[in-house]
Amino acid sequence: MLYALLCYNDEAVTTAWTKEEDDAVMERLHVVHRELEAEGKLGPSIRLMPTSAATTLHKAKDLVIDGPYAETKEALLGFYIMDCANLDEALDAARRLGVANPGGAYEIRPVSLFREALDLK
Amino acid sequence: MTDLAWIDAAITAARPQAVAALLRYFRDLDVAEEAFQDACLRALKSWPKNGPPRDPAAWLILVGRNTGIDGVRRRSRQAELPDEDQISDLEDVEDDLADRLDGADYRDDVLRLLFVCCHPDLPPTQQIALALRIVSGLTVKEIAKAFLVGESAMEQRITRAKARIAQGSVAFGAPGAVERSERLAAVAAMVYLVFNEGYSASSGEQTLRAPLCEEAIRLARLLLRLFPTEPEIMGLLALMLIQHARASARFDAAGEIVLLEDQDRSRWNRKFIDEGLVLIDKAMRHRRPGPYQVQAAIAALHARATRAEDTDWREIDALYAVLERLQPSPVVTLNRAVAVSKVAGPQAALAMVEPLADKLSGYFYFFGLKGGLLLQLKREREAKEAFDRAIALANTAAEAAHIRMHIDRMIQDAKAS
Repeated sequence: MLYALLCYNDEAVTTAWTKEEDDAVMERLHVVHRELEAEGKLGPSIRLMPTSAATTLHKAKDLVIDGPYAETKEALLGFYIMDCANLDEALDAARRLGVANPGGAYEIRPVSLFREALDLK
Repeated sequence: MTDLAWIDAAITAARPQAVAALLRYFRDLDVAEEAFQDACLRALKSWPKNGPPRDPAAWLILVGRNTGIDGVRRRSRQAELPDEDQISDLEDVEDDLADRLDGADYRDDVLRLLFVCCHPDLPPTQQIALALRIVSGLTVKEIAKAFLVGESAMEQRITRAKARIAQGSVAFGAPGAVERSERLAAVAAMVYLVFNEGYSASSGEQTLRAPLCEEAIRLARLLLRLFPTEPEIMGLLALMLIQHARASARFDAAGEIVLLEDQDRSRWNRKFIDEGLVLIDKAMRHRRPGPYQVQAAIAALHARATRAEDTDWREIDALYAVLERLQPSPVVTLNRAVAVSKVAGPQAALAMVEPLADKLSGYFYFFGLKGGLLLQLKREREAKEAFDRAIALANTAAEAAHIRMHIDRMIQDAKAS
C-alpha cells in the first residue's frame, strides 16, 4: 500500500531555526531516509517553501488569495510517499522520522491514485 | 533534538507574540520583559516534566501575566497603586486567551511591539538594538558583539532607548487602517536597517554580524505571516533573501570584496533565491509597486543571470528609473548610473553621476564609481584623484583595499603600454 506522510509543524518554530539547526535536523533525517530507502519503502520526499510563499485559488469564484488554504497553527510543510505493508509499518516509519525531527505531527494518509509522471528534478 | 533544545526553539519562536501580548497587558516594556523572563524560567521547570504545552505562546502569556501581576502588586506596596488600565484585562479567563491569540489582536500586538522600537526620536542604531533585544530576544552580549561595541556600552544604549520610549506615548488601542499601514512601513524600514547592519559588515566582521541578516529575515517572515497580502512586505523579504543568498560569495579567501559581476554564482544560495523569486511573483500580482518590490526585482534580475554577462542591464536601468520616481535619492541615481554605464557607456553614466557631487561628497561609492567610469574613459589622472578620495572615505579596510586594487591595476596597465 502506498501512504502519504504529511508533515505538519509550527512554522514559527521551523523558520526560527538557525541554518546550523536546520542542517542538523536534515542530517538526522537523511540517516532515516537512507535506511527507509534501503528497506525499499521511501519514494519521493518533498519539503515545501514557507506558507508565506503560498497562493490559494478558490475555485468557485476564481478568487486568488495570498497564503495557504488552511490557516492553522501547524502548517503542512512537506510530505513523503512511502510503500509500506500496512498501517503499523507506516506508523513505525513515521515514529523513526519523528525521533530525528521532533515537534508537530505526521498525518498518515493512504494513497488512492499514484500517477507516474515526468522526472522534474 | 534534546528536551532543552526543543524548549529553547519553542521559546524563541513564541517570544515576539508573548512579549507583545504582555506589553498590551502591562503597558510597560520592562514589566512585560520581566514577566516573560519569569514565564520562561517556569517553562524550563515545567515543560520537561509535564511535556510541552499545545500552544507554548499561550502558556507563556498566561504564566507571564500571572507572575507579572504578582510583581506589580509587590511593587505597589512600596509605590502608589498602578492605574487601573495598567493592569487591564486582568479578568480575562484562560479559555479566552487562545481565541485572542489567533485574531487580529495578536497581529496588532506584535506590530505594536515592533513599532515601539521604531520611535522616531531614537537614532537608527538604537532602534535596531532595541528590536533585537526586545523582539528577537538576543542577549545584550550578542547584540554588543554584532555592533562591535562593548557590552556595557550596549547596555547603556538600550537602557537609554527604553527610557526615551517610556516618556513617549504609545497608542494601545487597536490601530485604524491608516495607522496600521503607517506602523507597518516604519517597522519594515527598521527590519531593513537590521539587515543592512549585518550586510554592510566587512569579511572579518561577517561571522559576527551575519546573524543580524538572519534575524531580519526572521522578522520579515513574521511580518508576512501577520500581513500575508502586503506586497511591500513580500518585496522586503524577497529583497533580503536574494541579497543574503550571495553572502558566501561576497568575499574571497583573503577577505577582499568580490564585486557582483566577479562572484562565483554557483556559491549563491539557490533556495533563498527561489523563495525570493516566488515572493516577487506574488507581490507583482497586486499591482501596487513600492520601493522594496522594485529593489527586489532588481536583485532578482542579477540572481536570474547565470553569468554576469547575461545580466539584463536594460531592465535594471528601467527599474531604477521607477525607483527614482518612487523614492528619489542621489544614491538611487548613483546606482542607476551603473546600469546606464552598461547600457549606454561610461560617458552617459558619468554625465549622470557628476551633478550628484555636492550631495554625495562624503560618500565612498560615489568616488569609487566615478573613478571607475573615468578609468574606462582613459582619464587616468582624474580617475586616480577620485580613487584617492574613495580610499579616504572607505568605511572598512576591505573597501579601501578594493579601490587600491583598481589603482594598482591602473599603474600596471600604464607600465605595460
